[in-house]
Amino acid sequence: MTEIPAHPPPATLAFRGFEYAAAPESRAIVRLDDAYGLYVGGAWRDAAESYTTISPATEEPLARVGQASAEDVGAAVAAARGAYEDGWSALRPAERAKYLFRIARLLQERAREFAVLESLNGGKPIKESRDVDLPLAAAHFFYYAGWADKLEYAFPNRRPRPVGVAGQIIPWNFPLLMLAWKIAPALAAGNTVVLKPAETTPLTALLFCDVVRQAELPPGVVNIVTGDGRTGAALVEHPDVDKIAFTGSTEVGKAIQRELAGTGKRLTLELGGKAANIVFDDAPLDQAVEGIVNGIYFNQGHVCCAGSRLLVQESIQEPLIEKLKRRLTTLRVGDPLDKNTDVGAINSAAQLRKIEELVAAGEQEGAEIYQPPCRLPEQGYWFAPTVFTGVAQSHRIAQEEIFGPVLSVLSFRTPEEALEKANNTAYGLSAGVWTEKGSRILWMAQRLRAGVVWANTFNRFDPTSPFGGYKESGFGREGGLHGLEPYLRFDEDGA
Amino acid sequence: MSRVPVKKTYKLYLGGAFPRSESGRTYEAEEHNIAQASRKDLRDAVRVARGATGKWAGMTAYNRGQVLYRVAEMMEARGAEFAEWTDKLAQVLGGANPVAGPYFNFTMPEPTGVVGIVAPGEPALLGLVSRLAPVLAGGNTAVVVASETHPRAAIELAEVLATSDVPGGVVNILTGRRDELAPHLASHLDVDALDLDRGDAELERAAAENVKRVVLGRGDVQSPYEISSFLELKTVWHPMGQ
Repeated sequence: MTEIPAHPPPATLAFRGFEYAAAPESRAIVRLDDAYGLYVGGAWRDAAESYTTISPATEEPLARVGQASAEDVGAAVAAARGAYEDGWSALRPAERAKYLFRIARLLQERAREFAVLESLNGGKPIKESRDVDLPLAAAHFFYYAGWADKLEYAFPNRRPRPVGVAGQIIPWNFPLLMLAWKIAPALAAGNTVVLKPAETTPLTALLFCDVVRQAELPPGVVNIVTGDGRTGAALVEHPDVDKIAFTGSTEVGKAIQRELAGTGKRLTLELGGKAANIVFDDAPLDQAVEGIVNGIYFNQGHVCCAGSRLLVQESIQEPLIEKLKRRLTTLRVGDPLDKNTDVGAINSAAQLRKIEELVAAGEQEGAEIYQPPCRLPEQGYWFAPTVFTGVAQSHRIAQEEIFGPVLSVLSFRTPEEALEKANNTAYGLSAGVWTEKGSRILWMAQRLRAGVVWANTFNRFDPTSPFGGYKESGFGREGGLHGLEPYLRFDEDGA
Repeated sequence: MSRVPVKKTYKLYLGGAFPRSESGRTYEAEEHNIAQASRKDLRDAVRVARGATGKWAGMTAYNRGQVLYRVAEMMEARGAEFAEWTDKLAQVLGGANPVAGPYFNFTMPEPTGVVGIVAPGEPALLGLVSRLAPVLAGGNTAVVVASETHPRAAIELAEVLATSDVPGGVVNILTGRRDELAPHLASHLDVDALDLDRGDAELERAAAENVKRVVLGRGDVQSPYEISSFLELKTVWHPMGQ
């Protein structure tokens, strides 16, 4: 039997001040144009207005990007409609699958280029864009490629057919991954798409247009229109769009649902969350600490399913929080392109203001704040990993989605109390449970009102696994067989 | 002595009992006096329906199916085909997901919670049963706004439900004015889904208040996939290891 070395004695903790040498990923692989147009009908179209997209880590301007007008959106929808009717929906499903396989392969081949650009434009650590965003984006195209010619088996007796033109609006936290979640199932089902990337993170979607070109996808099957909320509104309001898929804030989701009322257009919404990550006293604490850190500091907490509320059983609160704080001191905050970086830049000035405002509210309402000592860069948008203890259910930081690296800690005594607190939110996207007791996991999993429950793990994603929320976290599922349904109509729909 | 004809006044069905409207109001429809529910009655109905969710959803699908099948038999109407689905939903709509990693991952359907139903006017009984059956088969509880002009079918259904094994509060039926009740039902924050008799921009807009799932039901649809409109899907992950 191999001896497992004992943990280093406390004395070695004196290695504080140990500095990592910078290990930046080279930017040379990314070639940016000075300005980008809109990708409509397989060609670049100039927009009348444009804006500058930046790197949030340095505020350095990266490129000029088009602000698509209602007229531009109209042209994109017309191109999508044309491609839909001009062969894409009638193409042999096995042929559709080949295009999707090609896209998946191209994303894999160009993974490093995409990962660097994602970190550059969005601020997320390169190790996350390299090891999470890109592999998962490619996996989504592989997975849905396989369904394209098997829809009759996926939905037996239902005669599945495509819906038409899908309008898709995605957020800035996982720009390319959210694009893959939207485009892959839509195309596999035989639809064409008009996609609007988030205002602050358009560059990987624009680079994706080059993959679309390389894959020789017929013109108009994928159209990308960049811009702010006005562009999104024009897409939602366009009468020739058959289906809207939106991922973003609950506030905007509600506005879209209102706008579509009475139109008969299909809608799926993947909105905000305020997930409870629940740790019982029998949980393996070191693993739980890793799960808590991954749950809230992954991608700077810019994650709709982030474990932003830690519910910890009272008897272990002290040792757990102590371990957590010690772990926080080892997180490396800084240059997103540095391979050592754990926590990158906040995505935008606006998001930073929102985080600062809610953190100030947390302090005002009486919660106790902890931030590890860390030097934040002078330039760019940064926020230190933060833990609030002594949080009450009524505090804003326990109720509102912060969408930043800020954890609110509450305690509980019994499983019933944990459940009551966990479900006491308007959201219902995800939840976490940490315990060694299997029957308790299932008991909790059954009663938590959330679309995804992670037990003894957190923030796991897979193309085969449906994702989506209960309550005000939205409706519809992405991923898995269920993720195809919003993009199909069936004979029993009567159409 | 000849009998004086006295019109019966029908009541609401709320929490397994038959109360008058708290407002005391009635209106006339189908040559009968019908209780005219108020917004307060509607709020009470939602509260009662919320309270009944745990018991109804907590029953085994097998048991729930038997209870509903018996109701369908009593009605001699549609509903049996939905009752049969209760213990099959998880197998058709859920299952294990083969994720690329050392995790066991499965998806299971669950009731969405409290469903508001604005019942179709025609065909009154068949329409109502066709909308209610998938909601109940999925394990939800319901607040029904009965057809304003043809409320007696809903009252008849209430009488059947009252003598069935469906727990009180699982189905609550309000008679009254559609324009008065439906907007309040559509915007109510403790209602999870809304089943409408027809597309209605105003009600659909109100439903966005708490991101309700809106279903535009048709009385003649029999597909079991109707049930899935009133279900949530929950996915559970757990690592596999020694």
